[in-house]
Parts: sequence; C-alpha cells; structure tokens
Amino acid sequence: MDSYDAPELTPRQDASSRLKDFFIGATPLQKRLESVRKQTSFIPTPPRRKIPQGSQLQEDVDPQKFAVLLHKQWTLYSLTPLYKFSYTDFKEYSKLLTAFIAAEKKKGLAVEVGDDFNIKVIFSTLMGVKGTERDPEAFLVQILSKSQLPSEHKEGKVLWTGWFCCVFGDSLLETVSEDFTCLPLFLANGAETNTAIIGTWFQKTFDCYFRPLAISSFNLSWMAAMWTACKMDHYMATTEFLWSVPCSPHSLDISYAIHPEDAKALWDNVHKTPGEVTQEEVDLFMDCLYSHFHRHFKIHLSATRLVRVSTSVASAHTDGKIKVSLKKSSYFFLFLHSF
Amino acid sequence: MSVLRPLDRLPGLNTATILLVGTEDALLQQLADSMLKEDCTSELKVHLARSLPLPCSVNRPRIDLIVFVVNLHSKHSLQSVEESLCHLDAAFFLGKVAFLATGAGRDSHCSIHRNTVVKLAHTYRSPLLFCDLEIEDFRAAMAQRLVRLLQICAGHVPGVSALNLLSLLRGSENPSLEDL
Repeated sequence: MDSYDAPELTPRQDASSRLKDFFIGATPLQKRLESVRKQTSFIPTPPRRKIPQGSQLQEDVDPQKFAVLLHKQWTLYSLTPLYKFSYTDFKEYSKLLTAFIAAEKKKGLAVEVGDDFNIKVIFSTLMGVKGTERDPEAFLVQILSKSQLPSEHKEGKVLWTGWFCCVFGDSLLETVSEDFTCLPLFLANGAETNTAIIGTWFQKTFDCYFRPLAISSFNLSWMAAMWTACKMDHYMATTEFLWSVPCSPHSLDISYAIHPEDAKALWDNVHKTPGEVTQEEVDLFMDCLYSHFHRHFKIHLSATRLVRVSTSVASAHTDGKIKVSLKKSSYFFLFLHSF
Repeated sequence: MSVLRPLDRLPGLNTATILLVGTEDALLQQLADSMLKEDCTSELKVHLARSLPLPCSVNRPRIDLIVFVVNLHSKHSLQSVEESLCHLDAAFFLGKVAFLATGAGRDSHCSIHRNTVVKLAHTYRSPLLFCDLEIEDFRAAMAQRLVRLLQICAGHVPGVSALNLLSLLRGSENPSLEDL
C-alpha cells in the first residue's frame, strides 16, 4: 500500500474501526460485534436504495437558514464521532474558537496593539437537516468579519462556512456510546487555511479526526441516476458528465452534455420499481449513455473513469466537492442520502 | 462459434498452460512476467487474450487453467469478461476457472461494486481472488499463488485435483452461501 494514498473508507466503516479502542464495557462491545456481523453479510446482493420521502421533516427546515447551504461549492470531509459535544454550549464554543483563530492568525507576526478581534464565529443548529428522528441535529459554524466602525451594527461578511450533519446514520448510531455525538459528514466552504484551523480546534477539543472524503465513480453514477430521477418543473442547467481517460503523457477529459428532459425521459423508461432505485436500473441508465456515445465516437466510456456529474439538482466531483442548486428541500435529503 | 473445451487435446509432457483473459493488456503482461519468474518444476506456458473466443487457426496446447481478470475501475472489463464466459464449455467450471479482481485498493476510482464481482464468481461456482496487480509485491504473491493453482489443475501435484481444490476452497467460505 505504499505507492498510493491510503484507501478511502466510507464514514460508516471509518467510525466502526476507530471506536474499537473506546469500549471497555461488555454491552457496547457486544453491540458493536453484532453490527459488524450484520454488515459483513456473505450473501452478495447488489446495492439498492430507497428514495426517501422526506416530507415529514420538510416543515422543520428554516428556509432562510437553508439558503445558506445552496449555491455554494462544498468540500467534503468524513468525521469520527465527537466526544462530549453539547448543543447547549454554543456560546462557549464560539468564544473559544474565536480566540483560537485569532491566536493562530497572529502566530509569527509582530504583536499588534488592539484587543478587538476582527472576526466573529457563530455556531447555530440547522433544524431539520437529518434523515430520521434518531439522527443528531446538524449544526453550522460561520466566521464573520466584524466591521471596524462601532457605529455600524449590521452583520459582517461571511468569510467561511462549515456544517456538520448526519443523515440516515442508523447503523453508526447503534455502535456509538453515550458520550459521543455522531455527525460523520462535514462540509466546508471558504479558504483552506480557515478549514485547517477550524479542523485543528475540533480535533483538539472533541478528540475526533477529519479525513477528506472522495466520491468514487460508482457513487457518482448513483448520484447521477438519483438526481435525474427528480421531477422538476423546469430545468435550469444541462446534465453534464465528465470522464477522465488515463493515458500518457496527459490524461484526456471527455465531457458529455445531455438535455435534462432527455435524461429524465431515459430514466423514466429504465425505472421500473416505484419508490426504490436498484443497481440494475442505474447500470442500465449508464449503459444507455455509454452505448450511445460508442455508436457515434467508437470510444468505450465504460473503460474510463467518471469524474464529475452535474445536473440541475446538484453537482459532484470525485475529489469530494459538491454543490446543491435546488430550492426544494425535499430533494436535499435525497442527495445527502447518496453517501 | 468455437467453444473452448478442457479435454479436447492431449497434455504436453510436464507442461502446464494458463490462459489470462482481460482487457487490461499492461496488467496481464506484468502478471505473466511475474509468473514466469517463479521457480516451478513444471514447464509453464502463459497465454494472454483480450476476450474469448480464441482464433481457431493457432495451434495451441491444452489449457489447464483460465483466469478472468476484472478491473474494478472499468465496467468495460467486466462486460468483456461476461461476454467471454459464454464461449467456455461447462466442464471448464469444475475447478479450471478462476476470477481475479484488481483495483480494489483505490476506492475512489472504482466504478464496479465489489458485490457484483462476488456475485459473478458465485454464479459460476468459481473462486474469486482479489489482488492489486499494480503493486509489485502483491503481484508477485498472486503470481506464486496462481502457479501453484496451475500445477494442481494440470495434475502435477499428486493427491490433489482441480475439482478437489475447488471443493476445499468453497468449504472455507461461509456455509450460508450454499443455500443460494
């Protein structure tokens, strides 16, 4: 395993392996063994996902808060459970994090006169951004620049946003003991330096670990199928795919754009079982695109690697960058569930 | 359509022939080189093919073991293997066929789910081996394993036959598989 990066684990597997060291009691250990036994089922079944009917949670989502999450490019990280994290201590966390960021920024510089930090950190909960009732609440962290003039009272510009969430994490929640909060997905938008500083603070304070999450081509094709399946009144963008062909000296990129209504028509022909998406349907959908391309260009797209998928609903890149463009919040859960 | 049969030719003296089938030419070539480097009492012959059926005109020895190499990064390789499987006589699947899946280490590049390949191997009742053929050490270890498998399938190991080995390999898997 020396010649390339360590294999990326899904958040589910990552949390289970790290929790091994934390259990001392018999009952949590038994629970964990039971969940591991359930996961490694020897019967090979192709994956099958349900389209979640998120209508019962839709009302809780605050549309104003929600607008923060749309139309931004998020970088994904997977996160181990947070130790002794409390939703009531947000003011405390804000103060500590502000001080930490200011200290990090001042490191190496000459001492500045002035006690006022010019940034402010806000923690807030995102109500309703979760899959089932058992999932812990999502929360949002924002770094705002504070205006220098005391006369202005309006909120400063948002410099950096990050949010933590857990959607349909039932199998993870079973293995987690009382003191841990399980929020395996972290999304960040803003400067890399800020992400690194915030990450360091969380790691020190809650004894967790961040790891960049890469999206495999397999998952990208699932996302393409599920997002195309969304019923839309009007489409804002074409459906686009990007493939990377590994060849020397420079890799070749193939981009394939489809009219979104055609893609939806293709999906409707392929999709048979209502309320559920199966592996065969996703494979058939992608195979239709591949064979169409092959007929015209004699290139086997199935031998290349899918790198980016972009639809009117959302777009995702294999490096772990996603962007959600949709206002309808019910479809939002759809994309989070794709992980 | 010519169908490959396991016993339609006479065996060569102290010769064992393996056929590697897969779309990834570079990986197959490297695996073949690794296998030929191994110390072996039998004379090894390695044939490479992109897909079956093989051309009839070539005079080839009896094939003792066929290994289908599937690259988990490429759906095309899986489709090519599935099409090739139709051109094999059923008698081959009594221990003389194995599946090798490569590329599982780099999960972000995978476009095939692991279970798809497991299901394929289970449908054809043949062993499935996982190996990252791009890493030299893993490739050398797999080459050693394949040479041993080949010797058994060619009948050069006294006391073990291909069918015997197949039932031994299946016995070590979870018994619940037998119910399917």
